[in-house]
Amino acid sequence: MSQQLVDAITGMREEDALKITKELLEGGTSPFDILGACSTAMDVIGGRFEKGEAFIPELILAGEVLTQISDMLKPVMDDGEGQAAEKLGKIVIGTVEGDIHDIAKDIVAFMLEINGFDVTDLGVDVPPAKFVEATKETGATIVGLSGFLTLAYDPMKETVAALKGAGLDDVKVMIGGGQVDEQIRAYTGADAYGRDAMAAVTLAKQWIGG
Amino acid sequence: MFSIPENWNELTLKEKQEARINSWALAPIEFASPEAEQGYRKRTQMLKDVIQLKKPERVPVIPWWGIYPAEYGGITVQEAMYDYEKLGDAWKKFNADFVPDGLVSAALIGPGKAFDLLDVKNYHWPGHGTPADTSYQCVEGEYMAADDYDALIVDPSNYFMRTYLPRVLGAMGPWQMLAPWTDIIELPFVGLTLIPAGIPPVQQAFKTFLEAGQAIMEWISAVGPIDGASIAGLGLPSTIGAFTKAPFDTLGDTLRGTRGIMLDMYRQPDKLIAAMERLVPIAIEMGVRGATSGDNPLVFMPLHKGADGFMSNQDFEKFYWPTLKAVLLGLIEAGTVPYLFAEGGYNQRLDTIVDSDIPAGHVVWMFDHTDMKEVKKKLGGWACFGGNVPGSLMKAGTPQEIESYVKQLIDDVAQDGGYILANGAVLDDATPENVHAMIEAGKKYGVY
Repeated sequence: MSQQLVDAITGMREEDALKITKELLEGGTSPFDILGACSTAMDVIGGRFEKGEAFIPELILAGEVLTQISDMLKPVMDDGEGQAAEKLGKIVIGTVEGDIHDIAKDIVAFMLEINGFDVTDLGVDVPPAKFVEATKETGATIVGLSGFLTLAYDPMKETVAALKGAGLDDVKVMIGGGQVDEQIRAYTGADAYGRDAMAAVTLAKQWIGG
Repeated sequence: MFSIPENWNELTLKEKQEARINSWALAPIEFASPEAEQGYRKRTQMLKDVIQLKKPERVPVIPWWGIYPAEYGGITVQEAMYDYEKLGDAWKKFNADFVPDGLVSAALIGPGKAFDLLDVKNYHWPGHGTPADTSYQCVEGEYMAADDYDALIVDPSNYFMRTYLPRVLGAMGPWQMLAPWTDIIELPFVGLTLIPAGIPPVQQAFKTFLEAGQAIMEWISAVGPIDGASIAGLGLPSTIGAFTKAPFDTLGDTLRGTRGIMLDMYRQPDKLIAAMERLVPIAIEMGVRGATSGDNPLVFMPLHKGADGFMSNQDFEKFYWPTLKAVLLGLIEAGTVPYLFAEGGYNQRLDTIVDSDIPAGHVVWMFDHTDMKEVKKKLGGWACFGGNVPGSLMKAGTPQEIESYVKQLIDDVAQDGGYILANGAVLDDATPENVHAMIEAGKKYGVY
């Protein structure tokens, strides 16, 4: 694994990271080793985020670097060859009906993914029925509801009720967003709330036993 | 309209502020009753006292509302945006029933018809992407491309007219065919520059523009008297004289979007900083112009992407704070009072914002998820502050819980004055009992 590549990504040196990737590929390094370096780098950045040493610009830039590296690797990787990494569990996530804010939800999805979860992101303004449908379809055991507006409180409550009404009582629901706290957790009937993306990861790991 | 005295340039900052506040406080309004007039004078005096870090008669109670007055008044947001009679009934009722210390203005809701005509692309609103009972919401995007920085920096107005507005106002798309007005420097250029104005799509764009202007005139002709009725009838002063924004937020909200600006912090930091510096005088002028024309010194500034978690303190000090500080200094220099609404957490930023270059008693800071005891410790004696009553409590709490929260807050941080009781984030949802509880608790426990 290339420590140089890990350092470039964690050092937020985008151009260096892409240049090193290119050189590694030309030198015959396996794409899987490169992906391994990316994964190590993301763990480091995730850890910094957790400790309050990295923030949104760092997550966005690292995500962008990762996308570009994946694009460089695609032509040299056989589709079937990809070793499907063992996932910790399945999570359905989305911003609730009537709310179209996505920044925080995207960060939560990103952090869950780099922590090994299989995340289905339903996007924004998601009606309760769509959460129910996606949870059934994917067999997810955790649902994450995001909302920025105070108007998201009632749709969160309705979504929790819809999941329970559809017989998905065992599914754990976490909520989060700018104005969400313990009071709103109790109001909506969700199982837990989180103040930030790391809280979502911690909760998911607790629930899945990972 | 605030008339600038002849000796303006000889006045100190304090005298300029005093002149603007007094003009607002003594505005020649035809009040409906002596009580209303007395109420208006009392409320403006309380605000003046807290801005100047004194103890007022009592803590001013000025919650910040979104669209809750619609729900409270039994109408949808869609109706409030399109039917100004319903808007008026709801907003007047809200002000009359709750009587906060600042006007809850109807001017921030519409005009829906003009948005329709202009085909606004960067927002969703009821009937256009969001349900009838939801607030309008921004659709983030890179409306300014990553390589547009030079064009913005060279001439922001030209960039707005010919690039940004054609992207976000569908009906103004043809404006991208216009030539810059600055081409008109000699007689022959009048003709040459205005050639695009004869092209049919451009003509259509201007026709629509005029129709939108007509719709906006209908709206403001309705909204002016709605707010006027609450000001004159109840004695509620308007607490928003003007708007402006932090340059980082203008770029991050309006132009580049969160993703775009965060990438620019790494990919082209120098251009980003140059663009923000270019926007400083524009932001100051916007605030001062509004405060002067509305004869109201308070310049409202919603702060967005500098909150805790959005970036490191180091980046806050490099990217967010310097140009915000420059805007604040410009507003203060003109005698206006920046009224900052810091949603989210500002716990990590307090040491930076208490900047010794900013004179004491010239700024109002409203907070949300920020530790108010820390705020008191750091801002006390330097800037008026307030906020923090949680939206969750206003929706899901009980009136008793709210009363004790407010009492505690006042006990903790209000003892020396310079304090305004308010909620933390824009409130779109609550219960009437809880709104009453908050306002009454403020009036009860806030007496000095």
